[in-house]
Amino acid sequence: MSDARTDIFARIREALKVKAPKPHLKAQTSSPKTSVAAKPWLPDGGETAEDSLLILAEQLAKLKAVLIRVPDHASAAKAFAELATTKSWKKVAYHGHELTRPLAATLTCEAWEADASFDKQKLEGSDAGLTTCESIVAQLGSILVSSRSSGGRALSVLPHVHVVIAEASQVVPDLGAALALVKARHGTDMPSMLSFITGPSRTGDIERILVLGAHGPKELFLILVG
Amino acid sequence: MDNSKAIFLKEATVNAADGVQRAFISKALGGYYTNRDLQKARYRDWERARDAASMAKWSAVNDLANVLEKFVNNFERNGGVVHWARDAAEARDIILKIAENAKAKAIVKSKCMTSEEIHLNDALEKAGFGVVESDLGEFIQQLRGEAPYHFVFPCMHVKREAISELFTKHLGTAPTDSPEELTMIARRHLRQLYVDADIGITGANFLVAETGQISITENEGNARLTAALPRIHIALSGIEKVVNELDDLSVLLPMLATAGAGQPMTCYNTLYSGPRKKGECDGPEEFHIVLLDNARTRLLADPEQRDALHCIRCGACLNVCPIFKNIGGLAYGTTYQGPIGSVITPHLRGLKQWNHLSGASSLCGACTDACPVRIDLHHHLLHNRRNAAKESPTLFDRVFHNGFNFVIKRPWLFATGGRIFRATLPLLQKLPLPYMGAWMKTRDLPKAPAQSFRDQWKHDHV
Ligand code: SF4
Repeated sequence: MSDARTDIFARIREALKVKAPKPHLKAQTSSPKTSVAAKPWLPDGGETAEDSLLILAEQLAKLKAVLIRVPDHASAAKAFAELATTKSWKKVAYHGHELTRPLAATLTCEAWEADASFDKQKLEGSDAGLTTCESIVAQLGSILVSSRSSGGRALSVLPHVHVVIAEASQVVPDLGAALALVKARHGTDMPSMLSFITGPSRTGDIERILVLGAHGPKELFLILVG
Repeated sequence: MDNSKAIFLKEATVNAADGVQRAFISKALGGYYTNRDLQKARYRDWERARDAASMAKWSAVNDLANVLEKFVNNFERNGGVVHWARDAAEARDIILKIAENAKAKAIVKSKCMTSEEIHLNDALEKAGFGVVESDLGEFIQQLRGEAPYHFVFPCMHVKREAISELFTKHLGTAPTDSPEELTMIARRHLRQLYVDADIGITGANFLVAETGQISITENEGNARLTAALPRIHIALSGIEKVVNELDDLSVLLPMLATAGAGQPMTCYNTLYSGPRKKGECDGPEEFHIVLLDNARTRLLADPEQRDALHCIRCGACLNVCPIFKNIGGLAYGTTYQGPIGSVITPHLRGLKQWNHLSGASSLCGACTDACPVRIDLHHHLLHNRRNAAKESPTLFDRVFHNGFNFVIKRPWLFATGGRIFRATLPLLQKLPLPYMGAWMKTRDLPKAPAQSFRDQWKHDHV
């Protein structure tokens, strides 16, 4: 008996000897595939950086994610400290990074660097996770985190609240741009996990009624500097 | 499975008469229609986007050997282990062996229809492994001991009171009628399980050949946790899930969310490329992928219906299907319900036993209109009917087709037959016709015209 791989490939090659017609496309004239260039038929992500920021704010609001725009890093730290006080967090886990450390330093509660001494039990017991991100997609309100930018895989999803600190220059218009940036930045050495986070965790499994915080964070904050 | 048709007919009849349940399903889908239309309106040209999505899948499926090979090479380069399964039994054995080698104590799963297809949970439980579904809908269905009702919304037919009772019985929690509280009960219950599990099993929505990454789409965060905390991550996927380039996802991910659930984007769309890397603080030590054929190559070999392999399992065709909405998802008795289920199940499990699903359609075409990757769904239902009549014609098919063939070749016989039929039509109304009882009870036959079409034509034109 030959092995499964060989068999499956043989079946595929045999099956594909007969060609299938192309799908009936609406736009017969030009190829719908415009490579990585903007796809002018998808939802708009904005022509200018300013447009993109407007679209982003609108999308995040619809997703019930909270956008906090601040002019500089000092105000970001202040906003974060206020958040911690209002929510009375007792334990905050953060990804060790130059953007996050000043924020963590302002906290009066316990703050620990999750990637330096990872402990899943302790992470489960943390009220909030603070991370950076790879980029932010205006078109869809998605925040792209990775195991490199966000302290591994669990930090951005296990604690009850997720806070992202980013610079306004990290906002890209659309998903295509975000993926192109990922390739340019990481090439063949991709982080083992990349995740587009679009709003707080949610489910509609019970009677299709929306509930936030199914398994992941119930609340998502984006602190955007600049 | 020989009585699959009888079971289908019985269930469908009962469910279609259950007005309360039908109203409940309609209400549950109401919000979806509104949100879907709102999100679709944000596309500058939805039809062009469908073009791009269908071409992305077409080009991968029609070059499957090369694209799959490229995916596998890149996946291995990233440190993952690839397993091949010709059928369900092989896939189960592979996963059981990994679990045995790891001496796994607890397994947590995120939603994966392919695992329903191979009845993985049964096999794992029989072998003594505890396995818990972590998607809320799947978790509820697992406790109910019932298959998913809808492959995207597994328990959309269950009322909150029933869920509350179920949780009280199995988890010992206090009754509540708040969906929010019910969700929090499941959240609390499952959290520790992620932390304790040795193995996490997930599906895959897309396999990206260019980078060797797998893409998983979910709303709850349970798949993220399943692939983050356990020591071993196993992904189970059909071989048709490949796409050529990472950029294809810039079209497919938003469309999957909009078509299937009326969202701009599903909450978590995650790309995995291998186990934990050097310098990363968490993630599994081992990352396995099981690539399953299980009759997909049989569907591939049919160029007419090959596009059914483009399916991204968004569920849009179920949500708009009048049959699905009336008979419900469980009546199908299949892993994949609704129009796409009716199209592919005969290929996966045999045309003879499953062709009745293709018959149960009004051919309204709502599914084809809804499909983000332009699968010609309602025509494929017709193709299945034709193929079934060719492959194993019923007595009715044979008598009817031979009779029709005989008459249509003889114009005089056709004309005479027509004359007799027109003359006796008023009589037929009164006769108890075989097979026609249900139809005739509520309907009158049309009045016979004085002349046949051929006579009229002769009269007007010759
Ligand atoms: S056939 Fe089309 S509409 Fe139906 S689930 Fe698949 S992709 Fe969605």
